[in-house]
Amino acid sequence: MKRAVLLWAPLALFILLATFMVLKLRNPGDQTIPSKMVNTPVPEFALPAAADGLPGVSSAALAGKGPHLVNIFASWCVPCAAEAPQLKAIAEAGVPIVGIAIRDRRPDLAEFLGRYGNPFRAIGADDQSKVQLALGSSGVPESFVIDGKGVIRLQKIGPINPDDVASIIAAVQAAQ
Amino acid sequence: MIAEAGLAALWLGAALCVLQLVVAILVVRGDETANGLVRPVAAAQAVLTCLAFGLLILLFVRVDLSVLLVAENDHSEKPFLYRFAGAWGNHEGSMLMWVSILAVAGAAVALLEKRLEERTLIATLGGQAAIGIGFYAFPLFASNPFARLNPSPAEGQGLNPLLQDPGLAFHPPTLYLGYVGLSIAFSFAIGALVTRDVGPAFARAMRPWVLGAWIFLTLGITAGSYWAYYELGWGGWWFWDPVENASLMPWLAATALLHSVTVLATRDGLRAWTVMLAVVAFSMSMIGTFLVRSGILTSVHAFAVDPRRGSFLLALLALYIGGALALFALRVGTVREGSRFDAVSREGALVLNNLLLTVVLGIVLVGTLYPLIAEALSGAKISVGPPYFNSAAGPLALILVAVMGAGPMMRWRREELGVIARRMAPATALVVFALVAVKLVLPPMGLLPFLGLALAFGVALASVAPLWGRNLRRTPLFTYGMVIAHLGIAVSLMGMACDSAFTREKLVAVAVGDSVPVGPFTVKLASVAPNFGENWESMQASLEIRRGNGAMFVLEPQARAYWSPPTETGESAISTRLDGQLYTVLGKQNDDGRWQLRLWWKPFVTFIWLGGALVAIGGALALLGRILRDVRAKKREHEAAYA
Repeated sequence: MKRAVLLWAPLALFILLATFMVLKLRNPGDQTIPSKMVNTPVPEFALPAAADGLPGVSSAALAGKGPHLVNIFASWCVPCAAEAPQLKAIAEAGVPIVGIAIRDRRPDLAEFLGRYGNPFRAIGADDQSKVQLALGSSGVPESFVIDGKGVIRLQKIGPINPDDVASIIAAVQAAQ
Repeated sequence: MIAEAGLAALWLGAALCVLQLVVAILVVRGDETANGLVRPVAAAQAVLTCLAFGLLILLFVRVDLSVLLVAENDHSEKPFLYRFAGAWGNHEGSMLMWVSILAVAGAAVALLEKRLEERTLIATLGGQAAIGIGFYAFPLFASNPFARLNPSPAEGQGLNPLLQDPGLAFHPPTLYLGYVGLSIAFSFAIGALVTRDVGPAFARAMRPWVLGAWIFLTLGITAGSYWAYYELGWGGWWFWDPVENASLMPWLAATALLHSVTVLATRDGLRAWTVMLAVVAFSMSMIGTFLVRSGILTSVHAFAVDPRRGSFLLALLALYIGGALALFALRVGTVREGSRFDAVSREGALVLNNLLLTVVLGIVLVGTLYPLIAEALSGAKISVGPPYFNSAAGPLALILVAVMGAGPMMRWRREELGVIARRMAPATALVVFALVAVKLVLPPMGLLPFLGLALAFGVALASVAPLWGRNLRRTPLFTYGMVIAHLGIAVSLMGMACDSAFTREKLVAVAVGDSVPVGPFTVKLASVAPNFGENWESMQASLEIRRGNGAMFVLEPQARAYWSPPTETGESAISTRLDGQLYTVLGKQNDDGRWQLRLWWKPFVTFIWLGGALVAIGGALALLGRILRDVRAKKREHEAAYA
């Protein structure tokens, strides 16, 4: 009897573990890692204009003018093209969006804006990824909600999906 | 065309695999007519999977962007080696590689294994086919590596620049060889349970596979640790990351199995336990793969994460591990008990080794799963790190190493305590002497490094003790293998203890022209200049370094930026000395124009990987020794038959 218990114990243990894993797979926990940049002020920077007819972007210009959405993108980035309609919707909802173009070329960027539309009020050229890194961003696209005092309120890693539009607009309104 | 041919070869291989399982079941149930079919089928299956994998490599080398996998992972500007290795640097390709290695290993068992009773061998090949079917289903149904992309893009999406490293190109194949070797041990255990034939012959047939798997796992872990050390630029060599644990757990189980299989082969003891360990070892490699690939654990290493793949792997896991454990429970009761032995004997020491390894394995498994369990119970996001693993597993590992020093000096079956104490006397004296010397001479250090360092000296001495008083030319090769592997553990322990006790670290911001002392070195930042490579650009520092008044030498760490995909990495520059490594990393430039420099002087840190290499070399010698002995025995049999 005792030996039988011992022999079946490994299987019982394994079934327990497997059941737990099934539950875990069906209901994956919240995988988002909270951003370290949230609630910290925007690092100081000043970027030259990346496109004709639009100004460049600087941290000084962002402060004191109400909340902004800062979008880090590039014309060579496919997901950035995919998020263009969402940015347009957010801009049409009255949210000021400024872009930071990473390692881009002027003609490519102009073509990108011509093809996918221009939701930006200003675009800065970050040719060395310096501002991108200072913002704690590791890839394109990423978006930051920055309040009127120049403090980061939200970091969205990856493209803005249609499902995200409402929450981004809400986050900008909450940052008033 | 190539992609379609590859897929066709894969389907044919899968069909043969199913055939192999069906025939094996028929044979085991008593149908003798199909007896001769299993071996050729296993061989043909191996040829087909290798063909499929070879064609995938060809697609990557030619950068055929009409294939989805190639478009996602390849890039025409990538150096040849990484286009080649890119074939398995992704989920789909790595599964195909896994299937190929599995089939080749199955063919090797079918063609080379002659000692095992025929029915047990065929049951083993049936088990191998059952595992194979599950892993064929992966590329065939869930993630086809040959899927086309229409229209094809103009350029591929590159490979993670962190992964563009020659070491890493060969890291996964090494680990897979290890895992597949364990799957063979698993199949042997299944075969033996099916025919109730658990004995020395089974152990001898299984041993080379366990040994081979263990060598590759050792190499994989050692290389992976060194890669993380110089590539990640944190100066650490082991992070207790889930992915690292996933490779450590099968190694621990394989180490235990390697020792218990010796008891079974030599003394016909530990029958049920050895079978259990064979099941556990492969289970650990599957659970490890599952944890990494399913994404249920968050890890900096986690790649190819996809919950659907997770469900698939979990189903396989449940089928194989659950099936094997059920078979174990049903059958092991009917396996005769093996020979008995005294507590104080070589068997006794090996049992203690097995128990300690199993407990350490349990500690690592619990630590790896604990964040999951805690999140499920309380919703808290926690990460279990070095504080837990080091303090829980560290002391046990030290006891384990001490037992390792004593075990080989004991005789089989029965040993007198007095005799073993006398044999251990020199090593014990050295440990005591080292304890005193370290305490008096060296700067104060933590308890674990202190004990570890002293113990390492004693165990290094004890590990060569089995050679004392022996005719060195007549000592079998596998004894040398054991001695070298045990010595390797002592050397590695020495490196770990020195690294944690004596490392000097400097994190400074310096202007060009400034000097910083670190350990015995003076480091001067001579210049920082831009530099370009094939697919990256960087800021490269030139560090002029002197040791005391010695000759000046230059190290050039870089802060690199890759542009496809854009990623920033620090390329460390390392100067390797006989007595350690100077490790330098260039960080960012501060606003005031000074550069961040991270400098480490790590005395004897290289011993960690040198020890790992010795362990692997010892394993290889032992394997060679076993094979040579088999070949000679066969030759003698042959000659006797014709005399």
